[in-house]
Amino acid sequence: MKAKGWRDLPPGSVVLEGGSAVKFKTGSWRAFRPVWIEENCIQCLFCWIYCPDMAIKTKDGKRAEFDYDYCKGCGICALECPGKKGKKAIEMAEEGK
Amino acid sequence: MAKVVAVTGNEACANALRQVNPDVCGIYPITPQTDMMQRFASYISDGKVDTESILVESEHSSMSACIGAAAAGGRVVTATSSQGLALMWEMLHIASGDRLPIVMPVVNRALSAPLNIHGDHSDAMGARDTGWIQIWSENAQESYDNVIQAFRIGEHMDIRLPVMVCLDGFIISHSIERMEYLEDQEVKDFVGPFRNFLPLLDLDKPKSYGPLILTDLYHEYKRAQHEIMTKVKDVVLNVAKDFEKLSGRKYGLFETYRLEDADIAIVILNSAAGTTKDVIDEFREKGIKAGLIKPRLFRPFPYEEMAEALKNTKAVCVMDRADSFGGYGPLFMEVSSALYPLGNRPLLTNKIYGLGGRDYLPSHAAQVLTELNQIAQSGKVSVLKEYIGVRE
Amino acid sequence: MATPLTLKELSKKEDRFTHGHRMCSGCGAPIVVKIALMATDYPVVISNATGCLEVSSCISEFTAWNVPWIHTAFENAAATLSGVETMYRSLRKQGKMDKDVKFIAFGGDGGTYDIGFQSLSGAMERGHDMIYICYDNGAYMNTGIQRSSATPLGADTTTCPAGSVIPGKLRSRKNLTKIMAAHDIPYVAQASPSHWQDLARKVQKAHEIKGPKFINVIAPCNRGWRSKTNDAIALSRLAVNTCYWPLYEIENGVTKITVTPKEKIPVAEFMKPQGRFKHLFAPENEDLLRQVQEEVDREWAKLQKEAKTD
Ligand SMILES: Cc1ncc(C[n+]2csc(CCOP(=O)(O)OP(=O)(O)O)c2C)c(N)n1
Ligand code: SF4
Ligand code: SF4
Ligand code: SF4
Ligand SMILES: [Mg+2]
Repeated sequence: MKAKGWRDLPPGSVVLEGGSAVKFKTGSWRAFRPVWIEENCIQCLFCWIYCPDMAIKTKDGKRAEFDYDYCKGCGICALECPGKKGKKAIEMAEEGK
Repeated sequence: MAKVVAVTGNEACANALRQVNPDVCGIYPITPQTDMMQRFASYISDGKVDTESILVESEHSSMSACIGAAAAGGRVVTATSSQGLALMWEMLHIASGDRLPIVMPVVNRALSAPLNIHGDHSDAMGARDTGWIQIWSENAQESYDNVIQAFRIGEHMDIRLPVMVCLDGFIISHSIERMEYLEDQEVKDFVGPFRNFLPLLDLDKPKSYGPLILTDLYHEYKRAQHEIMTKVKDVVLNVAKDFEKLSGRKYGLFETYRLEDADIAIVILNSAAGTTKDVIDEFREKGIKAGLIKPRLFRPFPYEEMAEALKNTKAVCVMDRADSFGGYGPLFMEVSSALYPLGNRPLLTNKIYGLGGRDYLPSHAAQVLTELNQIAQSGKVSVLKEYIGVRE
Repeated sequence: MATPLTLKELSKKEDRFTHGHRMCSGCGAPIVVKIALMATDYPVVISNATGCLEVSSCISEFTAWNVPWIHTAFENAAATLSGVETMYRSLRKQGKMDKDVKFIAFGGDGGTYDIGFQSLSGAMERGHDMIYICYDNGAYMNTGIQRSSATPLGADTTTCPAGSVIPGKLRSRKNLTKIMAAHDIPYVAQASPSHWQDLARKVQKAHEIKGPKFINVIAPCNRGWRSKTNDAIALSRLAVNTCYWPLYEIENGVTKITVTPKEKIPVAEFMKPQGRFKHLFAPENEDLLRQVQEEVDREWAKLQKEAKTD
């Protein structure tokens, strides 16, 4: 993309499109990757509410896959996940391994 | 039909604001501005305007709130002086950078220290690089007329910039003067309804005001901001033309007085121009071709027009009611920049006068004109920058 | 009908604060913001003080805010929002707007306890209809972890570093929540992202109360606290369970503790995982650590006395 020249800028540097940060992917920041183990999931949605990066998708009120385009790999979801019978439904794995 | 009244500069400005009927105003006291917004507050209390006031706890908050209100989408005013303007400094840049057409009368007063409540131009001159349009006024009539025109200029869709209207503290703000008011309806029609531009309160199109802009674009944003300023002169002149049709009073980028054939000239802002004009008349009677320029639009500064107006003079004194310690007076710096491109330019001097409300007397003007006359004849300037009216 | 505060229902709503923001991995502040914004269905307009949240959420043409948002400077989120809110009232009065709109200011502790304190106090006293939410991470994080008046006693920051002579910050935190309560505004609360429902309920409730409201929310910062990227929620929960950060509200002058820990655990448990308190566990700083505990105990006892627990 060609960088903008001074004539192409919105007046007053106002950002005209709400939520446009979705175009900025932060997934490459990740050193560890959360992995969802669906069979241990009790659908409590704690992972979803505590994720600082809105990187856990939901559908019809249920947890779906991670959104790796944005997940920064902090591990909050894994730490907070209660899982089932002592077995976590999220595990952190080293990225690229 | 115009109505002749005898009022102070503050009262005239407050009345202009009443006639414009802004949506929101920020109010905070500071001498000599205080009674302007006090008067406006009573218009609010008496239901004479629709304005919602914000009775802020500081001028910093006043300008912050004005920025919030203007970004929200509506007509916004406040007024200040001196320390108040200084406290706003950070926010002045944000008002202009965000392109918000706030109108603010500035009742010029000296800056501390030492503390002084009287008129000089240190406050507004310190704000000259904040990206605001600055319009200066000689008397109550001009202050009133300029406040009304400021809305049309700042809110023009090609401009959208904040405007300061400067008038001299006490000398104009507190002296009663005979002047003419326009009818309320005339002002209302002249200013027109506020036209929105990127309002924050447009809930369906959420916008973000005030992003972080780093090295990739900041330079471009500032270039774009300068470009807007280059369009201001034309808008000021067009608005002035319309205003003349309405009021019969003529305004330009600056006023010239007996300048056409002048050999020597004084450039001076605001109220002191009146005194100077009288002394110029005396010198003319003695056969000395003296003239004057009183700048009106100081930001953006009309460099080419100023050079054109002064090109046939032999010697010019730029008189500053503010100083840049270790430099020249701020008006001098502009005028000398304007004249530099001329192949044949007048000799220049810079006099600092009237700081902290020190009287500017006809004898001072006479002293300057006498010296200019000598310079014009001898072709020599002995002292370039000098304080006048100062005790040794 | 407001969306019920259940995760199932809330998860069906569109994000008002989106991914693609650039806060550090594991930062507590975006968790506070997302919960606060999902707690209401009203249209909201946001004002944001300069700080980590602001610089990371709106950069060039990328904004994480899917609601109207304004940042002007560091010390004036409340004043700026008071202007927006006043324009809204003016336009409504003139019949130029008809929707019910709610207003929220977000400021960090530096922008709230310190440099923005006057602006906040002024806006609250003037009675603007807004919620001011402070996300308190206990230091000026954006500029590199400098001490603020919210920095806890004993903490190591870059301007009050724990050295061989001075063991970090020697002053206690300013109790801003109580100071805001002293403004006699209709609603003041303290909340934590760990207790998401309590936080959401407080925001939801505050929106229904007319006038100025203040909510102080602890927001762990793993960079400044020198903790792990995964412990923002765990640490904020410990802050609550140690009574370092009690969850309470003061509604029209009536204090209520909204979450009482089952067992009040020693504040050291909250401090141990944080590098900024590491030096306090050295034998020579025993006294300071004791002082921290005493202070927590004293404040908690005071609060319990004030509160009418259900
Ligand atoms: C008037 C002014 N002084 C200083 C700064 C520099 N500054 C920007 S953000 C910041 C720290 C913000 O701290 P806080 O409010 O606690 O928010 P945090 O970054 O911790 O989230 C400072 C000191 C500024 N932008 N403006
Ligand atoms: S690792 Fe962090 S960013 Fe990624 S999904 Fe889990 S909580 Fe969200
Ligand atoms: S926290 Fe764990 S158990 Fe709960 S929804 Fe997420 S993955 Fe499933
Ligand atoms: S420095 Fe701290 S508060 Fe700032 S973004 Fe990083 S984790 Fe969050
Ligand atoms: Mg902070």
